[in-house]
Amino acid sequence: MSSFAQRRRVAIAVARKDLTIEWNSRILVNQVAPFAAIVMVLFAFALDNEGILQRVAPGLVWLATLFSILVVIQRSFAVESADGALDALRVAGVNSSAIFAGKSLALMVQLFALELLLLGTAVVLYGVEMSLGGFGVAMLTLLAATVGLACVGTLYGGLAAGARGRETLLPLLLLPVVAPVLIGATRATEAAFGSGGAKVSEGWPWIVLLVVFAVIFSAVGSVAFGPLVDE
Amino acid sequence: MNSPVTTPRGTGTRNTRILGVLTIASMAFLALLGLVFSAEDRDQGSTVRIMYVHVPSIWVAYLAFGMTAACSAVYLSGRNRSLIWDRFAGAAGEIGVLFVAVSLVTGSLWGRLSWGTYWVWDARLTSTAFLFITYVGYLAVRRLGGTHRQRARRSAVLALLAILEIPLVHFSVRLWRSLHQEATVATGGTDVQMDGLMLFSLFFGLITFTLLFLWLVIHRQRSLALEDAVADRGLDAAIEARREEAVN
Repeated sequence: MSSFAQRRRVAIAVARKDLTIEWNSRILVNQVAPFAAIVMVLFAFALDNEGILQRVAPGLVWLATLFSILVVIQRSFAVESADGALDALRVAGVNSSAIFAGKSLALMVQLFALELLLLGTAVVLYGVEMSLGGFGVAMLTLLAATVGLACVGTLYGGLAAGARGRETLLPLLLLPVVAPVLIGATRATEAAFGSGGAKVSEGWPWIVLLVVFAVIFSAVGSVAFGPLVDE
Repeated sequence: MNSPVTTPRGTGTRNTRILGVLTIASMAFLALLGLVFSAEDRDQGSTVRIMYVHVPSIWVAYLAFGMTAACSAVYLSGRNRSLIWDRFAGAAGEIGVLFVAVSLVTGSLWGRLSWGTYWVWDARLTSTAFLFITYVGYLAVRRLGGTHRQRARRSAVLALLAILEIPLVHFSVRLWRSLHQEATVATGGTDVQMDGLMLFSLFFGLITFTLLFLWLVIHRQRSLALEDAVADRGLDAAIEARREEAVN
């Protein structure tokens, strides 16, 4: 049984490893971010009307996030399963909840950067305006949603990665589970953007929902990750 | 695994045959009750008869998913981890998906007749759709391959995760709806009083569908056991063939 400090060290090591790989390969910057941006542009083509775009901008930001997150998660586990790295870690007796925490942490950092970009894109392309209070609510939303998405993503990503070559499964498993995040984050962002006359203060209950989701899945994830990836 | 098992010619035994006959008889009686004996509804007319299939279907679906979760929990907690629990969980999951589909289809047909639309974004409908998708995913995970033990553990954990996810989705969908317009048409039937025969038919439908569920789940568990046995035997044969090659 490893102590808390030990597990924290392992988690940070795993997260640092993932982020170093990302930093060296630049997949997020060179591939995922452009993909997310083009999705935002395509939304504008599909909903060819400025009034509509402003109204639905929060939903589009989070839809684009969900599409991109699938790619990021698959990348995060492709790195592991390519050389059987995850199995090697498990065989070495590394605590599975520490691996879970580490991978989630790395995913959080990447997702947060991606979401900031998408939010910026919405401001620039869709002509969304934010007050200072709205900006604060938007940041908190981003933070809470990111933690939840990263934990769920790591959990189900690990499951899908365990089954080699079946990456098509991830969207089917993940998208129903993250529906609460889409609902909560979209409504909170609506409040932040003031879309459809929403007030900034209307965002708080939705942020609570996001926090509850994040807490539940970070706890459950660290318990369930081990049995899911164990082969 | 290697012992020569006496292969049964089917999945039926005396008890399941009795159960099967009982199910068929009650089905026939339920059809009579629903289509002939029970009266038309004052407001809904004959469309009310869809209820005798719709309500028992969703009941069976809940029963099945409950069973999937319970069997998965037993599998994970059990000391000897008998695969029979995994197969019961899988069998119930399949039947649950089937009956959610039946209740979604019958429900939307009824909605078309009574509300004039196949679908409303009501919280209960939306979360039922999520229920359906979630367990379709569960069944997909069961078919991922690997050893029986891998399948069992993976899907058992997933089944328990689903139990956690469903209330969360339901709760957030309800929150989502509460800030938008209510499904106005859906409230029409809340203070309806059912007459005795209608209530009896509905109740009888629940019993009949439960019998059907039991019959299906027992047979499906047995056929899954046969499938596992076939897979094991195929593996043994392959190993044997490789040995032969090495000798010659």
